[in-house]
Parts: sequence; structure tokens; C-alpha cells
Amino acid sequence: MKADVMVIGAGPAGLSAATEAARHGLKVMLLDEQASPGGQIYRALARNTPPPAGAPDILGEDYWRGRPLLDAIDQAAVEYVPGATVWTAETDPLTVGYLKDERSFLRAARSLIIATGAYERPVPVPGWTLPGVMSAGAAQILMKAGGAALNGRIVLAGSGPLLQLVTCQLLKSGAEIAGLLETTTTKDYLAAARHLPRALRARDLLRKGLEMRRTIKASGIRVHKGVTNLQCHGKETVDGISFESRGKPDRIEADLVLLHEGVVPHVQMSRLLDLSHEWFEPQRYWRPVVDEWGETSAKGVFIAGDGAGIDGARAAEASGRLAALQAAAQLGALPNAERDEQAGAAFAQKAKEQRIRPLLDHLYRPPAHIVCPEDPSTIVCRCEEVCVRDIHACMETGCDGPNQLKAYSRCGMGPCQGRMCGLTVSELMAKQRGVTPDEVGYYRIRTPIKPIPLSALAAMEADEEVVAS
Amino acid sequence: MFNRRPEWRADNQPRRVTITLDGMAVEAFEGDSVAAALLSANPVFTRRSPVSGAPRAPYCMMGICFECLVEIDGVPNRQACMIPVRDGMAVKRQVPPPAVNAPAESAHES
Ligand SMILES: Cc1cc2nc3c(=O)[nH]c(=O)nc-3n(C[C@H](O)[C@@H](O)[C@H](O)COP(=O)(O)OP(=O)(O)OC[C@H]3O[C@@H](n4cnc5c(N)ncnc54)[C@H](O)[C@@H]3O)c2cc1C
Ligand code: FES
Repeated sequence: MKADVMVIGAGPAGLSAATEAARHGLKVMLLDEQASPGGQIYRALARNTPPPAGAPDILGEDYWRGRPLLDAIDQAAVEYVPGATVWTAETDPLTVGYLKDERSFLRAARSLIIATGAYERPVPVPGWTLPGVMSAGAAQILMKAGGAALNGRIVLAGSGPLLQLVTCQLLKSGAEIAGLLETTTTKDYLAAARHLPRALRARDLLRKGLEMRRTIKASGIRVHKGVTNLQCHGKETVDGISFESRGKPDRIEADLVLLHEGVVPHVQMSRLLDLSHEWFEPQRYWRPVVDEWGETSAKGVFIAGDGAGIDGARAAEASGRLAALQAAAQLGALPNAERDEQAGAAFAQKAKEQRIRPLLDHLYRPPAHIVCPEDPSTIVCRCEEVCVRDIHACMETGCDGPNQLKAYSRCGMGPCQGRMCGLTVSELMAKQRGVTPDEVGYYRIRTPIKPIPLSALAAMEADEEVVAS
Repeated sequence: MFNRRPEWRADNQPRRVTITLDGMAVEAFEGDSVAAALLSANPVFTRRSPVSGAPRAPYCMMGICFECLVEIDGVPNRQACMIPVRDGMAVKRQVPPPAVNAPAESAHES
């Protein structure tokens, strides 16, 4: 049967969107690739029990705060399908294709809410493909979903609130942290300072950030600031990381290196649908263009949560509700006046969460030497092993855009479909041409956005609406 | 690469499952992704790059980087970080021969 509202992604944005839409009597379907709900922040929450009172809480109180969202989806009349990987979507007519247990399904919908969140910005430094080098979020995933206590000497490098959080969580779990290498510079602090007055109006968020800094300071771990020239070393696996701190070269031995430079919207789905995107300069990423409700350049297609721009989990929750309210109004399930009345609290919550963002966006601006790697041997495209020098060489022979680069070098043609190299390629080409990344553009994204076995394609199951159309 | 926190096991009582990696038994817990189970067994690498033969291992653990591709029960190129373990699952590392035109030097050896 055709869904009134199809929601992709069961993080805070998708969970609140689906719950809200169902409250208005709409037929709601919620698809998520993960085995359990919660998205990135509340990953595996349904399978974890909070520690008893008095015991150390490694993941922290914010993690357990996702519980009401899970309870709400349990009680809502929502067809929630876990383990469902969306591999294609179309706007005209609105259709979504997903893979579940090796079988593929095609479903029609009247409106679509994309809540596929964010992922960590790739950190292309020499040696980042070595085993033992991961993103900081990957280590956190092991802690959330696998009860992991990470072994060996750990070095964290980069910047961003999530890097601070993972450092604190590792400290609490008793991990051996050999160093925290912060790429944030004095200049970033100065640039951020003018956004402090606004951030002061988000006092509890600011307090949490300062608390994390205090925890790190009090732990006595080695911290370097203004770090550049990061390079991971090792033969079969990482054994150390070298860097410059305020101009002085240094090196730390390590068994595990965790890289992080903030998170960026996961635009695979919005690019596939050819929606309008805009370049967000402070954090150097693309985000889909949306109105106050999250509606995109395609009517009835919404983006909720960090997939529309990074505002954090509580704002994601609010934006999910807003998208659902507008979808309900458009589908005739809710008069506009009631929509506006019910949206008030969500608009207020979103605005409150956004107050700290200008400060964070400027303080943790991804450094130029990371977004645009200078060492010619740095691998940019991990799948096809295309280096900075290869891209420069292609440009010298006339290649001037990311899509052309695919044909020249296979860059972006591997299984990750450019998720790991797309931003870097646009930045490198923009710098070389002396224009903005927006002018250079991004890879054209084509279906399937996730690999699908041929056998599943052949045996695709579609609803009548899709077949008839 | 990691141990299980004792209090996590005590609080959640996860059920044990056994999978194999290239024929060797690997103990895991229900709810683990295949990639997490493999990393807990310290495999050094989980695949070799089809381009240069360089060793690789999971990078993102959330379905983005595709570094965790393995063969599962005879099916190649499965995303190990997105697939939950099942008792008796047979996992193989993909180790293709290096391509002819693979770069001879590795810039990042220390
Ligand atoms: C690794 C990582 C860890 C993070 N940890 C924290 C944290 O501890 N604390 C914090 O405050 N913030 C954290 N964040 C920031 C995060 O972006 C949160 O703000 C929040 O989770 C965003 O909520 P969301 O609903 O927008 O998206 P998400 O929570 O990211 O949810 C998106 C969901 O969409 C699903 N999805 C994506 N693509 C598909 C597809 N093709 N088919 C089906 N399903 C799909 C994903 O499986 C996921 O469950 C983290 C981010 C990342 C990347
Ligand atoms: S580890 Fe990145 S996709 Fe699996």
C-alpha cells in the first residue's frame, strides 16, 4: 500500500518525524539501515542498559536521553522496518527502493522525509588508509554497540565537539590516551569569540563543552594545539603519528589513531534526487536548500536533521517534527492554523539549539591543510587510490570538474561512490582553479546509492501503485 | 583491538555467537556487526586494496567508507560494518593479487 509519509532514517530526526506524522492519522513507513533505532547519537540504545547508580557512565547522560524517542516509536502506528537499506529514490512519482534481507522492495509515497543524518568529514592525511587509523566516531561506535574498551596507545587528532566527547568517553573507560592533537588555532578562537554572546544564550550547551575541556585538562593527557602536518606511519598497521605543533615537529607512537574534523551532511540521497544544494562556508560543506519546515526544492520532499546542515541531535528532533507537521498539512490531515500552533514549541527548540552553532562552526572550522591536502602523495580517493598529485596531473591535461575526473582517473568511481573523496576533490579543484568549491560543483550521484545484488533486482517486489504508474 | 567492558557484559547479558574468519573461530556477541567482531579478534587487516594490495581495515564503522568489504558465506563485497553477526557465519578476507600497474613505492612507510 502507498504510504502517506515515507521516512528514511531512524535517528532523532526520523523517529520524531514518523511519530508526529502517525499522530495525525497518516500511514507512515520508517526505513533504516541499522538493526535498531536511534541513528548515530543513540546507536544501539535499545540493546544497552544504563549503568546502575554510582557506577561510571562511560557513554554519558546525553546518550540515555534518547530513550523517550524509542518508546514513542514503539507505541506509534508506524511501519518501522529496521535493516532496510534504501538504494534508490525518485521524485516523480515519489518512489523509494530498499533492500531488506537480500530482497528488494519498491514503495510509493505521497511525501518523503529524508533523515539520513551526517557522517564524519574524511581527514585525508598521508597514511590514513593504514589499518589502525579510524575515525573517532568509529571508535565510539565500538563503545556504544560492542561494549568496547579499546586497547593500546591511542592518539586522537583533529577538532570538533565530537572529538572532545570521544576523548572524554575513552578517558572514562580507562583507555590509554597517548595524545590529543588539536588542529584548532589561536586564530579560530579569535574568530569564534564574536559569536560568544549568542552562545551564552545556550548556557547548558556551553557548560557541557567547557566541562569536557576541563575533564581533558584534568586528566593530564598530552595535548598539542595548532597542529599541522599530520602523518600516520606504519607498514602493515599504524605505529605512530608525526605532526608539527606551532611549528615544532614531533611524533607519538600509537597503536590506534582516531581522526576527526567534524561531521558533514550525508547528501547522497538529496544529490540522487537532484535537489538544490548550497555551499556552507564556515564548515565547508554542501547542504540541501530547505525552507523553515525542511521542504526541499522538490514539492513534498523534506530533509530533517543533520542531513540539512549540522545543528545537533536536539535540533534534529525538532526539525523532524516540523517536517511531519507540514507534510500532514499538505496531505490535508491538519489545518494550517493547527499546524502553526503545534509547531511553536519545535521552532523554539530548534532556535535554542542553533544559538551555539555559530560559535562551534567558527571555533572548529576545518583547517585548510586538511580540507585541501598539500602533500602530493596523500591518498584522496581510498577506493581507487587516487592521490593529490594524480588529481593535479589530470587538471594539467585539461580536466576541470569532478565528473570529468572520474573518467580521467577513476577517482570517485569505487564502492563508496565518492563519499570519502567528494569534498576533497571539489576543494582541490577549486584551489587549483582559483574559484569556490560551489563553482566547481560535486559528483553527479546515480542510482544505486548502495550496492544491490543483481538477484535482488531481478526479483524486485513493488506495490500496485508503483506498478500502475 | 578491544576487550569487552565487564560491566557492559554484566548489564546486558549479550548472547555469545561464533563466526569464522578465514576458517579460524572468532567469538562474538549477538548484536555485533561483522566488522566489530573481526576487529575484536585483532586481524591486523580485513582486506587488501584491489588497486595496490595495501592492507586495509574498517575506517568509519557506519557504512560510509566501504573499507570493511569482506566475503560472507560465499558472497563477496559485503559491508561488514552494516551486517549483524550470525552463529556459524563464514567470513573471508578479500586478498586480490595486486594490479599490474600498482604503485611500487609506498609513501607512508616509516
Ligand atoms: C559516527 C557519529 C557519531 C555521533 N555521535 C554523537 C554523539 O554521541 N552525540 C551527539 O550529540 N552527536 C553525535 N553525532 C552527531 C549526529 O549527527 C547527531 O546530531 C544526530 O545523530 C543527528 O540525528 P539525525 O536524525 O539527523 O541523523 P542520524 O542520527 O545520523 O540518523 C540517520 C539514520 O539514517 C540511516 N540511513 C542513512 N542512510 C540510509 C539509507 N541509504 N538507507 C536506510 N537508512 C539510512 C542511518 O542508518 C541512521 O540511523 C554523531 C555523528 C556521527 C556521524
Ligand atoms: S567500515 Fe566504513 S563502510 Fe564499513
